[in-house]
Amino acid sequence: MSIFSKLTEKPWLAQPEGQDAALQYLPDDVWPQRTALKFLLAVISVLFSLFIVTMLGRSQLPDFQVLAGEPWLPLSDRTSLWLNSAILLGSSLCMQCAQWLARQQRGNAVLAALTAAVALVMLFLFAQYRLWLQLADAGFGFTDTAASNYFYLLTALHGAHLLGGVIALLPVFWQLAKGGTATLAKTLILCCWYWHYLLLLWLLLFWLLSSPAQTINTLAALCGFGEANL
Amino acid sequence: MTISTSYAAAHQHDQPGSFWTRYVWSQDHKVIAIQYSLTAIFVGLVALVLSALMRLQLGFPGQFSFIDSTHYLQFVTMHGMIMVVYLLTALLLGGFGNYLIPLMVGARDMVFPFLNMLSYWTYLLSVLVLLASFFVPGGPTGAGWTLYPPQAILPGTPGSGAGILLMLISLAIFIVAFTMGGLNYVCTVLQARTRGMTLMRMPLTVWGIFVATILGLLAFPALLVSAVMMFLDKTVGTSFFMPVIMSMGEQLDYSGGSPILFQHLFWFFGHPEVYIVALPAFGIVSDILATHARKNIFGYRMMVWAIVAIGGLSFVVWAHHMYVSGMNPYFGFFFATTTLIIAVPTALKVYNWVLTLWQGNIHLTVPMLFAIGFIFTFVHGGLTGLFLGNVVVDLPLSDTYFVVGHFHMVMGVSPVMVLFAAIYHWFPKVSGKLLHDGLGKLHFWGTFIGTYLVFLPMHYLGFLGVPRRYYAISGTDFIPESAQSLNSSITVAALVVALMQLLFIANLIISLRWGKTASANPWQATTLEWQTPQTPPAHGNFGPQLPTVYRWAYDYSVPGARDDFIPQNLPDSAVVIDDAQAYAKAGQ
Repeated sequence: MSIFSKLTEKPWLAQPEGQDAALQYLPDDVWPQRTALKFLLAVISVLFSLFIVTMLGRSQLPDFQVLAGEPWLPLSDRTSLWLNSAILLGSSLCMQCAQWLARQQRGNAVLAALTAAVALVMLFLFAQYRLWLQLADAGFGFTDTAASNYFYLLTALHGAHLLGGVIALLPVFWQLAKGGTATLAKTLILCCWYWHYLLLLWLLLFWLLSSPAQTINTLAALCGFGEANL
Repeated sequence: MTISTSYAAAHQHDQPGSFWTRYVWSQDHKVIAIQYSLTAIFVGLVALVLSALMRLQLGFPGQFSFIDSTHYLQFVTMHGMIMVVYLLTALLLGGFGNYLIPLMVGARDMVFPFLNMLSYWTYLLSVLVLLASFFVPGGPTGAGWTLYPPQAILPGTPGSGAGILLMLISLAIFIVAFTMGGLNYVCTVLQARTRGMTLMRMPLTVWGIFVATILGLLAFPALLVSAVMMFLDKTVGTSFFMPVIMSMGEQLDYSGGSPILFQHLFWFFGHPEVYIVALPAFGIVSDILATHARKNIFGYRMMVWAIVAIGGLSFVVWAHHMYVSGMNPYFGFFFATTTLIIAVPTALKVYNWVLTLWQGNIHLTVPMLFAIGFIFTFVHGGLTGLFLGNVVVDLPLSDTYFVVGHFHMVMGVSPVMVLFAAIYHWFPKVSGKLLHDGLGKLHFWGTFIGTYLVFLPMHYLGFLGVPRRYYAISGTDFIPESAQSLNSSITVAALVVALMQLLFIANLIISLRWGKTASANPWQATTLEWQTPQTPPAHGNFGPQLPTVYRWAYDYSVPGARDDFIPQNLPDSAVVIDDAQAYAKAGQ
């Protein structure tokens, strides 16, 4: 039943005995964890959207210089970023494999895949940290420019969400250690959603943070930002 | 197997045994609700004392040596933030949301009880961090509850050191707590309703809390974003909001951020926050009016749609708080228009409340008095909102006492009236005792008349041009002497209102100890929380069998039925027919 038809019900009308549709309906879609994850992803999306919108607004002020576009800017060479993206993609693939293996009840293989997924996340975070150091060495430390304010903040927040995912995964490892695989496949579906979501989020941040000024200005204009409004 | 029955199985093994698991580290939604409520009421009393101190200075300037200008600004700031976030949001959603959602939708508990417990303790931590700012060097922040940069974090503003940092940290912790609780509320409503409880059979209280929670989940991130960025501006010297600026004669290191960006973020949270508080209040007042007028709510579907519409529209009106920020005039026009549009579903709700009362069998119980009082205060606050929603009227009135009068009527007094209505209404279910009726009525009349004496004259002060947030206004040419007399009378009324709240606290304690024992359903209400086998409800709420819902929540005074209410879990075959009516019908 669509949400529209649900909201247009007339609940005050008497239902003849035995014909109450509400009593015929047996919920077959009860999965509160999935609902919670959907809302959580919505909240995280709003959080990052707002950061990004403020960045677009801030980008229209005179002192904002993007980090890419011209040869001397640090993110014009995106090799490191691509490499880091590949690591995170690997982590996502491992998580997906873990889910497939869990459906086949292959506990040890699931454990190996999950361990690889977590290890790749940790590697990604280390690589991001290295990138921070390189940027700082090049004169683009956290507080050095307005654009690097955002670069460090957004990548740190993204990393924090990855770490949160790793922590949320600990009970799954515990479950595996105890040999329980009955509900694992279902749980790992949600883990996959979260992992893939953070991969997509990273790709968005990658594109945005390494875009040239022209792209940023176009996006800012689409959002209605002009110097007069700030 | 439905989720509710699986919970039944789970809870049989989950019955808390010791004092600690039953009352402290409890995962029972009812205990968590009471924990939330007591904490919120405590911190609300702190804010009440702060407002009394403010009023003492305004009514009798210079008479109290311990209230200097620094303290005054700190009182203003902490009063505002505590009342809006730590009292109203926490009590309406953490308190009433926790208590009522599972009971009203026929669930045994929230779907994530552990997360629910964690939510409360995180909320408590946020309150403790906030209160800690009273004890740090420099005291709490005095930047005004809106915390606008750059002044919030610059020297010269009270509490611009540790005070503002603790405020920002506390807000961030609160948002984490709210998110944990909020996920629970929406998931419980969507996934744990009992058999027969369709969305459109839910009481409006649940609808209000449900939509307000979604608003909170989507709006609080804006406050989090602004808190994080301002924290970084203050601590590590980023320039998100801080412009190139001189302070105390020195050029600071900030490179040119935008304070207006903060305002947009703050109000993108701040205006939905009004409805995060208002929507649960709308829902609760609808249910109380219907129950105590013995009449079905007028226009139930419209009421639901209005709640949803207000929730959606609340995200596109935020900049009406910023007309004086120098925004593009076209933006001002847009936000004035959306502000007027949001008044339509809101007015629809007011009409429906009044039409619910029309020809109802009105019982002037204490909850009903507070609910009717809410209609008055909300209409007054709402109408002045229409003034301020228009750019040309807002510009001269901005930052005057007119604004203070407006938002206190609509966002302070009105939700508080509903909170009192709700406490008087559900106290018998929560505690098993009835609140003292005489004390309750005295509390109502003292609060209702008192708040009018406080906030109505403020509109006049605003027309005179008396600015808000000022420590002292003496010697200002355009403000007549009579303004001071009015301020003195407002202070006296405010102190009386504050004393009335002590009467309420006394009533709670006296009734809890010596009050009459309440029956299971003292108001003869239809909703599920009144149909529990025990009062107060035991762990698991409904005994071995969850209720089945056969009807909506508003079957009051149904023609042909003997009783003037039919509980939601009563099938048609069990409804007792009024013999006299049946005979009369047969004879026709």
